[in-house]
Amino acid sequence: MSEHHDHTVSSPEITFGHPPAESTKRIWVVLGILSIITVIELILGLGIARHWYPNDTWVLFVKGTVCILSLAKAYYIVSEFMHLGSEIRNFIMTIVVPLLLFVWFIAAFLWDGNSWKNLRNKYGGEPAKQEQAAPAHQKGAKD
Amino acid sequence: MSTAVMHKETKWWGGGRSPFNASYGKVMMWYFLMSDAFTFGAFLISYGTIRFSQNFWTDPNKVFNSFPGLHGMDLPLAFVSLMTFILIASSVTMVLAVHEGHKMNKKGVEKYMILTIIGGFAFLACQAWEWTHLLTGEHIALLANGTLDVVPTTVTLNPWGDQLSHDAMIAALQTTPHDQLAAIASTLHHGGDAAAHNVADLSNAELINTITKSGLHANHTGPIAFGGYFFGITGFHGFHVFSGVVINVVMWIKTRLGHFDERGHYEMIEKAGLYWHFVDLVWVFVFLCFYLI
Repeated sequence: MSEHHDHTVSSPEITFGHPPAESTKRIWVVLGILSIITVIELILGLGIARHWYPNDTWVLFVKGTVCILSLAKAYYIVSEFMHLGSEIRNFIMTIVVPLLLFVWFIAAFLWDGNSWKNLRNKYGGEPAKQEQAAPAHQKGAKD
Repeated sequence: MSTAVMHKETKWWGGGRSPFNASYGKVMMWYFLMSDAFTFGAFLISYGTIRFSQNFWTDPNKVFNSFPGLHGMDLPLAFVSLMTFILIASSVTMVLAVHEGHKMNKKGVEKYMILTIIGGFAFLACQAWEWTHLLTGEHIALLANGTLDVVPTTVTLNPWGDQLSHDAMIAALQTTPHDQLAAIASTLHHGGDAAAHNVADLSNAELINTITKSGLHANHTGPIAFGGYFFGITGFHGFHVFSGVVINVVMWIKTRLGHFDERGHYEMIEKAGLYWHFVDLVWVFVFLCFYLI
């Protein structure tokens, strides 16, 4: 791609532009991939709504699958539609490496939330379930 | 540092050559989007933290199960999938605009920018409908003071808790004041103003009798944080969509005025495109967190 010096290059500092694609075929392929993944997600999600899965472990597994499919969609949008895949490697790394912080960010905070729940259930605070016959005793304050 | 180098055509990076082979503007757009990704990420993770900290969380399939024009049908995921496909489609027209820009095809860029703008407005219209639907919804919930009332979904109150047992509902009806009973009864028939007027004339006992006979379902109020996170995060995303539409309109006008032809390249369309695709990217995760899981 180095010899592709053409009018799409916006400055003499830039030694190559994105090679302009000859056709729009790739765009339609990516649209197809995104649509198929979305339809699969919707079917799996509808399964949760309609209680197709036998138990909670299954539901959790399906939710995990949907999360992974969403990451796949994110990959295609960023890599193909935003053309990050055609940038040079060092530039890609300056964007992708900081995003790895999310691995800790998600794990730590969900763990924390789960811990609050366990501590509250174990040591008091709000009752675990609010099913009670005399609703007059209920407190509205909960997060 | 050699000053001779500085006097050349160099404007941005000082070394005469962009280390990333990308213009300053595009590199900075990427870093802005990265920081914006952390903002959205923090919001969504905060939502996840609160959700994990609760023993009960609202089932989104019960909240988001309506479609404009189809009353009383249980259609989970239907409307939000329409919104998702609108956004994907407008992302595709944006890529096509960038593609036409590479080919210096002014007419093509104009056409696809218009289609992208229409997609953006369509998405915003869908979101406006959904918010209106939630904020004007009429659902019966057991309030903190032990009475039943008709409540919508707002940032502080929502009717999406556990379903109330029949006995608990009967008990709560006894302590519910007359105007709330009348409001509940008038949601039962939806007979217009005349029916609502008659309902207000009935006595408490008659109203309770009517409500009990109707086989009414009521819920506890749901987690308070539910509405705040939903309206906050979809609102913040909707704000991004709106600003994206504004940027796209500006780009369309500049294309029409021939600014990019004068400049010799359509890189501004690429930068606007990056922002627009980011909006689509965020929606993937908003869709995931609020509707799918």
